[in-house]
Amino acid sequence: MTATTAMPGVVGSKGAPRARGPREKLMSRTAAMLVMAVFTLYFLVPIWWLLVASTKSPGQLLTTPGLWFADFNFIENVTALFEYRGGVYWKWLGNSVLYAGLGGLIGTLIAAMCGYALAKYRFPGREVIFNVVLGGVLVPATALALPLFLLFSTVGLTNTFWAVFLPSIVSPFGVYLTRIFAAASVPDELIEASRIDGAGEVRTFFTVSIRLMSPALVTVFLFQFVAIWNNFFLPLIMLRSEELFPVTFGLYTWNSQLNQIPELRSYVLIGALLSIVPLIVAFLALQRFWRNGLGAGALK
Amino acid sequence: MTTAPAEIATRASGDRPAGRRRIPVRHKGAIAVFIVPFGILFVLFYLIPILQAVWQSMLVVEREGTFGEATEVFGGFAQYALVFQNGPFWASVVRVLTFGIVQVPVMLGLALLFALLLDSPLVKGKRFFRLAFFVPYAVPGVIAAIMWGFMFSPNLSPFTALTQNVDFLGADLVLWSIANVVTWVFVGYNMLIIYSSLLSIPTELYEAARLDGASQWRIAWSIKIPLVRPAILLTAVFSIIGTLQLLAEPQVFASFSSAVISTYTPNMTIYATASVPNSSLAAAFSVVLALATFALSFTFLKITQRKDAAE
Repeated sequence: MTATTAMPGVVGSKGAPRARGPREKLMSRTAAMLVMAVFTLYFLVPIWWLLVASTKSPGQLLTTPGLWFADFNFIENVTALFEYRGGVYWKWLGNSVLYAGLGGLIGTLIAAMCGYALAKYRFPGREVIFNVVLGGVLVPATALALPLFLLFSTVGLTNTFWAVFLPSIVSPFGVYLTRIFAAASVPDELIEASRIDGAGEVRTFFTVSIRLMSPALVTVFLFQFVAIWNNFFLPLIMLRSEELFPVTFGLYTWNSQLNQIPELRSYVLIGALLSIVPLIVAFLALQRFWRNGLGAGALK
Repeated sequence: MTTAPAEIATRASGDRPAGRRRIPVRHKGAIAVFIVPFGILFVLFYLIPILQAVWQSMLVVEREGTFGEATEVFGGFAQYALVFQNGPFWASVVRVLTFGIVQVPVMLGLALLFALLLDSPLVKGKRFFRLAFFVPYAVPGVIAAIMWGFMFSPNLSPFTALTQNVDFLGADLVLWSIANVVTWVFVGYNMLIIYSSLLSIPTELYEAARLDGASQWRIAWSIKIPLVRPAILLTAVFSIIGTLQLLAEPQVFASFSSAVISTYTPNMTIYATASVPNSSLAAAFSVVLALATFALSFTFLKITQRKDAAE
């Protein structure tokens, strides 16, 4: 990462035509920094605005300048949000954590077992399975929502927790990534040694191999977590009962009632802020795991 | 088993390409324990729904009265004939294509520019910029659309001087306001993909050019961009797929703007049709959209590969 950054003044310093003097260098650098600064504003101002808006009383939202604080009303806003309609926002947050957190964990484990078996054992049908799964990677989540709805309505399970949870735990991308990673990072010798020690195959996976695969597992979990957390079509088409909504979908339903119930506006804003803060923190803290996954994606 | 898939497997997994003799399969039980859970879920929630949707798209619904019991009979390609006559659906396809032709190049152009700047010696504070540009990707599409919907609104926006004079949510501009939301969320993500690819280029490649006095721009144009082409193509294919599948952002904007009708994008049309409920027509829309998505990404890849071969 730092390899290319260490030589700031090197351009044009040796054997360069005289015309490219320090003045031009300074101009390029200023232009580059200016571009970066302008776009930093573009990317961060909306979030800053949301942060500021969530500290204002509903009345001041419209009457005070949007990008700076007025009276600090944050605590009152949060309390009001959590009390609104018997604390349904809490319920939504909990649902999202269940769908995305638990779903992501189970999905990662199941994908890892499959990817590991595909990488480490030879058996007939292995390539067929892998190629079918690879085809699954290319199917976007939105394209599956309607087919899943049709399936769940034939068995009468729409508008249930399972209608969103079960489809979410299937991660073909996870199988793809863990297969590559297991092949590269779990040595056959280690599995063999474990066999000699008398451990069974499944036990070896859970005690030895899974640890060696942990960086890939974190990456798969992140991708899966975000995919479930952001999935909109599935809850939109499956769920009718408010108490089953994930938080993004719940906020969407409030937002679409704004014309009838204007006081929802400040709940939407504070709710949106609270729902993205943990995500932003997790993203930034785990950024290197993203890069792993993106690298593997580009490897294709 | 067969040679063609085996070749893919060795490339993907780095196996030894050793001779494949028939060896008796060992550890059958363990393999089953590992594969079966994913296998069942994949069959239940990928294969069966897709097959069922294709089947459903072949059915014609007959109802006795408006609320009568529905009977479904096999109708062959009858639904597909309806799909091809459906004006709003094709209008929505044209709309997302227009969107994609403008938004995808702008977004990827910006992502490439930022990745190159981060990789050049011109920018200081790379770590900060990398994080700052990536932050929007952590914001779910629904929330991003809600935020920008308020930013564009004539009375709540912090830039009311602008939004009271330019109607960002009107029929003329709302498509591009939605394009702005999508761009805002995904530029940093695509930047990171291209940037990772830039980091994997060995620096020796630039040194000769530097000694010859090539400028940063020249190095970027003649060396870096050609080498990160595969990463750019990858992001382009994902973006094309994403554009055709557009749903959350316009669905949210529908509550800010009356110009966003219920058939604004193909997926919104599918949702609206399924809510009627007309499952068969919705399924036929889905199949057509999935095929179109596949065909468009495939064509894009073919065209760019042919260009590679010609060069």
